[in-house]
Formats: sequence, structure tokens, C-alpha cells
Amino acid sequence: MSKKDRMSGNEAVAYAIRQVNPDVMPAFPITPSTEIPQLVSTYIANGEMDTEFIPVESEHSSMSAAVGAEAAGARSMTATSSCGLAFMWEELLVAASNRLPIVLTLVNRTLSGPININCDHSDGMGARDTGWIQIYAENNQEAYDNYIQAFPIAEDKRVHLPVMVCQDGFITSHAVQNILLEDDKDVKEFVGEYHPEEFLLNPGKPVAVGPYAVSNYSMEAKYNQEAAMIRSREVIKEVAARFREKFGRGFDFFEEYRCEDADYIMLIMGSAAGTAKQAADDLRDKGMKVGVLKLRVFRPFPAEEIAAALSKCKAVAVMDRCESYNGHGGPLASEVPAALFMNKVYTEVVNYVYGLAGRDFTTETAAGIFEELEDVVENKKQVRQCTYVGLRSKEGQ
Amino acid sequence: MAGYNLKEVMNKPERLSAGHRMCAGCGATIGIRAVLRALHEGDHAVIGNATGCLEVSSFMYPYTAWEDSYIHNAFENAGATLSGVETAYRALKKRGRLPENENFKFITFGGDGGTYDIGFQSLSGAMERGHDMVYVCYDNGAYMNTGIQRSSATPQFADTTTTPVGKMSNGKVQTRKDLAAIIAEHHVPYVAQTTFTKDFKDIHIKSEKAIYTEGAAFLNVLAPCPRGWRYETSEIMKICQLAIDTCYWPMFEVDHGNWRLTYEPKKKLPIEDFLREQGRFKHLFKPGCEDLIAQFQEEVDRRWEDLLFRCSR
Repeated sequence: MSKKDRMSGNEAVAYAIRQVNPDVMPAFPITPSTEIPQLVSTYIANGEMDTEFIPVESEHSSMSAAVGAEAAGARSMTATSSCGLAFMWEELLVAASNRLPIVLTLVNRTLSGPININCDHSDGMGARDTGWIQIYAENNQEAYDNYIQAFPIAEDKRVHLPVMVCQDGFITSHAVQNILLEDDKDVKEFVGEYHPEEFLLNPGKPVAVGPYAVSNYSMEAKYNQEAAMIRSREVIKEVAARFREKFGRGFDFFEEYRCEDADYIMLIMGSAAGTAKQAADDLRDKGMKVGVLKLRVFRPFPAEEIAAALSKCKAVAVMDRCESYNGHGGPLASEVPAALFMNKVYTEVVNYVYGLAGRDFTTETAAGIFEELEDVVENKKQVRQCTYVGLRSKEGQ
Repeated sequence: MAGYNLKEVMNKPERLSAGHRMCAGCGATIGIRAVLRALHEGDHAVIGNATGCLEVSSFMYPYTAWEDSYIHNAFENAGATLSGVETAYRALKKRGRLPENENFKFITFGGDGGTYDIGFQSLSGAMERGHDMVYVCYDNGAYMNTGIQRSSATPQFADTTTTPVGKMSNGKVQTRKDLAAIIAEHHVPYVAQTTFTKDFKDIHIKSEKAIYTEGAAFLNVLAPCPRGWRYETSEIMKICQLAIDTCYWPMFEVDHGNWRLTYEPKKKLPIEDFLREQGRFKHLFKPGCEDLIAQFQEEVDRRWEDLLFRCSR
């Protein structure tokens, strides 16, 4: 039986961690994810779970220890944000290339500098090519649900890749919202037990992890890693279907909100999808046919599915909560148009950068973007790509 | 601890097998084999390894020279990686997922670059948290894998590729970091410094204590590198003997806070005797460089006196 409650995103994830009760969790404090190891430590101190918590001396060491623990045969996870994720970047690659199904719960925060503790997606996006599956949440409920789905995806024999479950710093991690919590027993049953095929602590069968490989072997390792990422697509869908069947909610790669007959669609990730949906509702009331495509799974990138979903509308606003400093737009601005083009879908695309370092993203801004899309299509309005919305002035003063 | 019998110890099955690609006469492999001989038969081990000569030469896919489970992660995190493995062992034992009667020991190896320098934080964290593991530094006094660059373990005046001797340079400017003392100040149960002696007793006994003392332990093993130090490969035992007889590399242990010298030379030899054998110090023997040797001697004497004081308390 589900139970109604009120929780912040961090509390919801910590609650899920208690339910899964992983074997090992190394972690290091960093705003805004600090509460997660704090709450887990409290659960342990009160005897409500018995995960071995390692209070490491840095994030680099938290991922290093997670790699060691997972290779040893223990279900392992950690939590971090921002600079913490940047600091463990090298280890993210090691975890993925060693095919270790570690779970990382990321509370998205901007990267320095200037140092700032608020939300954008530059940390997760900075790690987008490290070989991790990445799943983004709109709210506390999705943060909770995604965490529960992470282990069955990561540990599936077809996948064997680490999974990053992401929620927006403060907006989701600290805001208290209603939530449905599932029974401990049901969650444990859904996640299942972890029985790796090869592990360091197998007394009869020693194994060596982390080789030097010459060029004759390295390229095959990388090919196989990509093949696993491709196979993860079906596993993500299966796990989502199983979750829907058991708990009655959730999406595969993305949620299509009022997209069916939409002329204009906003493609967006994370908590701002809620704002976009509100704006869409307001405009629908005025007779404008608009919808929101909320991307849940960013890695693997569901290119074909996105192209199909955007094939019928007149224009798309691709929303980046991240700057790539390449003079060419954020990560979604690179990947979404490429997905459309490669699948021969020639829908008009306008890219916007919003909400950096915690800048508010309002329903007015979202509505203005929908209206601008209409202007582009109907009146051939010339719009600069990669336009910043929400700046204090056009010149960024 | 049973009486030490060289023949018996040397006849134990090797846990680092032949066929690895380390240089002939390499001090690191001699040290690693000596440490592993201290494992009791029947005990399993997980071996950790920082990136370095040892790693790239002993586990080149698809071959491994290690008889035990082995994990290499990266250069700077051997301490953290093995602390994860050791924690996993406790977690899985607690949850009944490992057989009751099978024991694992956790030993990680790193060169001085991966230990004194880039892996220092990770090592310090693992020691402070008190994981039941041994961190073994094979100290050859420079980044040998990348081609003899200075580290904080490199002795003063050594000629390395980033402290080259030249018209304006006498080699490395700074003296070396005293890592064994620094780890001892973490107040872990066991810390020791050792190298190779004719009977290999000192390193054996210290390794056994380090492995079988509960909690975190650290071993600092002087492991000469014929390429980096530029001596005749066959002279390694002589080099090690001179290192301890000049008190350049004192052998001591800190057992639960008790500092103890495990070797005191009958006659302390002048530091020239150690330096003269090595090409990396050749420039010190040119006329006019006597003051540099005197400076080196002064530093050795100061540190030796300091150690004697610690051991006398």
C-alpha cells in the first residue's frame, strides 16, 4: 500500500536509500546534497538500516571507494552535487569503463565560478560523456521513483553500467511537496538482491580489475561499453513498465504533456518542466496549442523517440539549463537538432538558455517563449539562437 | 609470531608470478614479493595498486601476474579504493553473503609518487578512518614510470628529469618528506620503515605485523630503481645495506605508538658511501661540491638524532 506524505527531494531520496539498504555508501558533504548522507547516517545511527557508510575525505575518494566496494561485490552508491561531481570526474569514467553498476544520486547545482550553490544542470551535463546513464527528475516523487529504478537498470546483465539519478538543487531537493511512498517490502522486492557474476571477494575465483590495455584491446572495450549503453534503452523501458505496473506511475524516456496536437513544444528537463506545464495550461486556456516534452532520460539519448515526438509540431523550444561555452548553445541545443536532422525531421528549433545558477524561470518567461515560437513560424521573426532568458538586461549587466 | 626461517619463507608459493614486465633487478617487485610472503597460507588477499610501473607491468590485459584478486583504479586513490573493498568485505560478511571460514586481507601498493604526492590525501583519509588494511609504499624516490621526475620522496641534490643538474642547478633543491613519521602521527596501530637485508627478516616480520595487526597499517619500503638511481643492477643489496648503514634510510617501527629502531648500524657510515654508488649524485663528487655533501650529511644526522630521540622515549 502506498502512503501519502510530505517530503523534500533529499528526504525522499534518503527514504528510498533506507528502503533499498545498499551494502556500502561512501559520501562527502556538499550543498545541496549534504542532507542525503546526513539522513542516511541518522537512519544508521537509529538502527533503521545497516548500510556501511564511509565518511570519506573528498568526493574523489567517495567515487574511488564506491568503485572498490562495487568491484568487491557490494551494492554501492554515493551522493553529490556540483564541484563534488566535477572532482570525481576521472572516477566516473573508471566506474563506467569497469562496468560497475554504482548508483549516484546527484542534486544538480551550478559549477564554479563564481561559486554559487543554486541549481542548474552544468554538473550533470559536464559528466554527460562519462558513460553513465542519466535520469532527471521533475519533483520529489520522481526523484524517489527514479532512485528505486536505478539499481535494476544498472545491475541488469545486459547493462552493467552506473546510473546517475538527478534532481534540481533546492528547487526539488529542499522544497517540501506531497509524495506517495511505497512499502519497504514492495521497494525491496522491486529492487531485488544483487548477485554479481565476478567480484574481488569471491574466494574460489580471484579476479583482476582495472587493467592496462594496449591499443589492440582498448578499442573493443570502448565499443562494448557503448553497446551496453545502447542495450540499456530496452532495460530502462522494461524497468519503467514494471514500475508502472507495480506502483502505477512513471515514464520511459520522456513525458509528453499535452503534445498530441501541439503546434509548439517546449523540450525541457528537471523541475522547470513544472513551470513549463503551467504556462502550457495557461496558453491552452487561451486557445494556443502548446505542449511540453519533459526529458527524463538524457543518457542514453533517446534520439529517435524525440524526433518522432517532435515530427508533427511547427516549432520546438529547446531549453538548456547549462552553458557549454562553445558559441553554439547548450548540450540539448547540440543533441536535439542533431537527433531531428539524423532522423530526417526538419522541425523549426529555437534554443534558449535559462535558469543558470538558480535564476528564476517563471511561467511568464515560458509563455513568452511559446509566443515567440509562434512569431517565428507565423511572422518569420528572426530569433538569435541560444538566447538567454531571465537576464537582468540584454547585455548581461 | 613463529621463529623466522629464511629457507621456509623463501619456499612459499609466489603470489606475484613470473612473467610480469618489470625491469630486471627492480626493487619494487622484490619488495612486493617479500611483503606477500608474509601472508599466511590459506588466507586470501585483495591487492590494490596505484597507477605506476608495477601496475602497467603486472596487469596488462589479458594477462595478470597476480595470484590473488587485484584492483587498480587510478594514480591518486589506492587508499580510498582499498578502503571501499575492505568496507565491502565487512558489509558482505555482516550480511552473511560471504563464507564464514574464508579470510581476506587487504594490501595496497603504490610508488612514492602515488603515495607521498598525488595519493597523499587518499592515503591519509584511509589511515585516519582506520580500515583494516596495509598500505605499502615502494619508495624509489621519483616518478620512475614516466621517466624519473622528482617527487617529494626524492632526496636533495638528486639529478632527475625535472630537477636536472646543470650550470645553474645542483639537482633537487628540497629535502625529502618523512612519510612514515607523518603516517605514524595519524596514530594508526602499526607503521614501519624497512628495506632489503641479506636475510629479508626485517621486511618479513614487519609485513606480517602490518598485515595481521587489526586496523590501518603503513609500510614504507625503500625499493631502489637501477634506471633512476643509475647503479649496476646487481648491486641492489649493497645499495640497500649502505642506505641503512649511513642512516639515510633508518629501519624502525611504530607499534601502537611505541617507536622502536629495528636496526642500528655498528658503525654509522658517512653519507658519501651511499651517494657514491649512484649516478644521480655523480655531480656531488666534482671538486668544489664538498659543501653539498656536508649539507646532505647534516640533514641525515639531524633526522637520525630526531629518530633516536623518538625511539628513546
